[in-house]
Amino acid sequence: MEQLSYANLGERLLRGKLNNGLTLYVLPRSGYCRQFAFLATRYGGIHQRFLQADGSWIDTPAGVAHFLEHKMFDSPDGSELKTFAATGAEYNAFTAADMTGYYFTCTDGFEENLRALLGLVSRPYFTQERVDKEQGIIGQEIGMCLDEPGNGVYYQLLENLYAHHPIRQELAGTVESISHITADTLYQCHGAFYRPGNMVLCVGGDVDAQLVARVAEELLPVDPLGAACTDLGERELPQAVRAYGEKEMAVSVPLFELGFKGEPPQPGESLRQRLMGELACDVLFSASAPLYSRLYEQGLINSSFDSMYDCAPGCAHIMAGGESRDPKAVMEAVLEEARRLTSEGVEPQLWERLKRAAYGSMVRRLNSLEDTCMELAQGYFEGHDYLAFPQIFQSVEWEDVAQLIARWCTPERGSLSVVRPLPGMEELEAEREEEGI
Amino acid sequence: MERIQTTLAPGVELVACRTEQFKTGVLSVTLTVPLREETATAYAMIPEVLYRGSRLHPDIEQLSAATDQLYGASLGPSVRQRGESQGISFLCSVIDDRYALDGMAVLEPASMLMGEILLDPAVEGGVFRADYVQSEGANLADRINARINDKQDWAIFRLTQEMCAGEAYALDKLGSAQQALEMTPEVLWEHYQTLLAQAQVVFYYSGSAPWDRVEQVVRQAFAPLITPRQRGYTCQVVERPAGSVRRITERMEVGQAKLALGFRTGGITMGHPQFPALLVCNALFGGTANSKLFLRVREELSLCYSVSSLLDKLKGIMVVPAGVDAADLNRAEQAILEQLEEIRRGQFTQEELEAARMAVRSGLRSARDSQGRMEDDCVTRQLATGTPEGSQALLEAVEQVTAQQVEQAAHAFVLDTVYCLTGKEGE
Repeated sequence: MEQLSYANLGERLLRGKLNNGLTLYVLPRSGYCRQFAFLATRYGGIHQRFLQADGSWIDTPAGVAHFLEHKMFDSPDGSELKTFAATGAEYNAFTAADMTGYYFTCTDGFEENLRALLGLVSRPYFTQERVDKEQGIIGQEIGMCLDEPGNGVYYQLLENLYAHHPIRQELAGTVESISHITADTLYQCHGAFYRPGNMVLCVGGDVDAQLVARVAEELLPVDPLGAACTDLGERELPQAVRAYGEKEMAVSVPLFELGFKGEPPQPGESLRQRLMGELACDVLFSASAPLYSRLYEQGLINSSFDSMYDCAPGCAHIMAGGESRDPKAVMEAVLEEARRLTSEGVEPQLWERLKRAAYGSMVRRLNSLEDTCMELAQGYFEGHDYLAFPQIFQSVEWEDVAQLIARWCTPERGSLSVVRPLPGMEELEAEREEEGI
Repeated sequence: MERIQTTLAPGVELVACRTEQFKTGVLSVTLTVPLREETATAYAMIPEVLYRGSRLHPDIEQLSAATDQLYGASLGPSVRQRGESQGISFLCSVIDDRYALDGMAVLEPASMLMGEILLDPAVEGGVFRADYVQSEGANLADRINARINDKQDWAIFRLTQEMCAGEAYALDKLGSAQQALEMTPEVLWEHYQTLLAQAQVVFYYSGSAPWDRVEQVVRQAFAPLITPRQRGYTCQVVERPAGSVRRITERMEVGQAKLALGFRTGGITMGHPQFPALLVCNALFGGTANSKLFLRVREELSLCYSVSSLLDKLKGIMVVPAGVDAADLNRAEQAILEQLEEIRRGQFTQEELEAARMAVRSGLRSARDSQGRMEDDCVTRQLATGTPEGSQALLEAVEQVTAQQVEQAAHAFVLDTVYCLTGKEGE
């Protein structure tokens, strides 16, 4: 394995491709009590159409990646979960737009737990009976998400921005879409995506890298195929589909999320575009930039206001949102500020300060084993070396960010999503009944 | 890791953990007062108003510029409820000097900025600025009103209000929306003076700086706070006889019903001899993904989407929140109670017991890997017991807990109140 050193961050990283095709990262951290292992596949909510081993394309219902994530915890005897339990390990998994990740953190029994994790994820065990039952559980989860205003305002924005890119669909699918999932669907998707060549393992903590490599080669099959081939549909037009959308939900104050549709990064540019996108968010929305205090003082936003850059294969956007009594006024002010920044430029001191702050918060995030390992995995899938961020920071200039703002933050590419309180919600008083003892 | 504690003045403590494990240093200051209806709103508002601007950095933009300059120091106010106390804190996390690009010392300016925000606010006419008071009052009211947005949290909050009606614990640590909207600069200023003069103070630091450097910077940045004061922590622990369960049902537009069961722990709280057994019992019952609630009620019976158990170790309360289909409410409640009965009857395997013990052990040990959790643990323990120490002794006690002690701990839980939030349709 190759050893990389990042002296300015006080970090070392071991990286290698194992004989079975799996990519492995080990982040040694001697002071930590915990060990963390993260096994991820390049397969998420957006990957619904893909090439099978026989050369034919297949379309699968929305929500399979997430459904599969739930079902991967089943095994014939449940021994893996017993191992986690017996060592006090915490384990979990998540499905994102472009990856599914499985992980555990433990303070005892690292090797046993690693074996359990790799065994669980590499050995599919699906029965129709359990699939049917899971439809009920996930149906509830979907129901819960539908009640969640933050989720509602977010997906409404993505539907406003994108015409057909699968990012606009709820990750977990719908009760209808998951009703088409069978044990066979799960086997097909597992076979296509849960192969070492399409996966990465990132381990952090006080661990022996050689041991991790040995266990991964022992437990995972040899995979000659490499990354899976997927189809995300036609390239999206740069414009947003619609400029505005609203709905009513059980909230006390209107929620909003505004967004601007960008372009996905060029190959090799993903980390650089992310830093640029995040700096664009800072210049536009950060509390030390002029717009924030103006909106805050006018009572148009409160401290719930937040922004982010996000990207997945085939799409990228920036978003900002929170609670506001007048979301349309916020959107107008943002567009106006984008125009001002592109024509007048940014105050040099503000720019330097924002870069310094962004750098500091990335250094701060390295405290978390979990975040760092997940970033390494994300970086691997996107084709960048996450720990190289200090150098990339130094190469990003205001002109780069100004161009990004000029291109993205326009009325044509922008959209506003609002969730308004249901009638009567503002003076809500739940009907109550006191039952006898 | 080396931990030192010192009393800077009666009621003013400094706890410092020296470690090079992290990329950052964390410094916090916590002012603790009894949670009371008359003062809760003002105390919750004060840090927000302070965070709007100091004399030298009078608005958000200038304050944020100052933290950005310190490598994006994350510096912010918080209000914590600990038992029946209200803790008003500022916490600052800054990158360690070792990682500063220009080799600047970050701890000193960050501490001075924190001291300035807390002690030297922007004023007009000798009191807080009226515009800041008004807008932070409105923001606080919004936050209080927004509690209802998260239905599971809302269910827990409403359960606690009903279950502990008449106890200080039932008060909202954020106070009341009405009082927040009516707050005047003069009244808030008076509360601020009282807070500074009377609250118990805990300073906490974790990072690579040596002890003397930390003590010096704290004494310098927070000098006006280092004066004698009384300890402010009290918490009424209520025991209830079994058998009189209160039931509350409320209706709202929700797709999924929320259940929250509230138990008293029979007087067992942190520091009690039975506390280690209670922790293990909670882990076995619902505290982990290997617990009976999770494996049996969620996974096997599919009666809940989410279910767990949460322990308030200072107040002596356990809450079981669950997200349930409205049609399954009764069955879910029965299944949850049945799991507790099983523990009382000793119906758990040695394997399950060891798993619960390992989960508690791992939770306690891994706290050392997070500066945020260490801060919270140390400040909480310092308030409740007068010393930040205790996690090692607790860890050792957990190793000794027997199956019989877990059964006894399960008997200590007494169901007090059942709260249910369900949909309006199909009444």
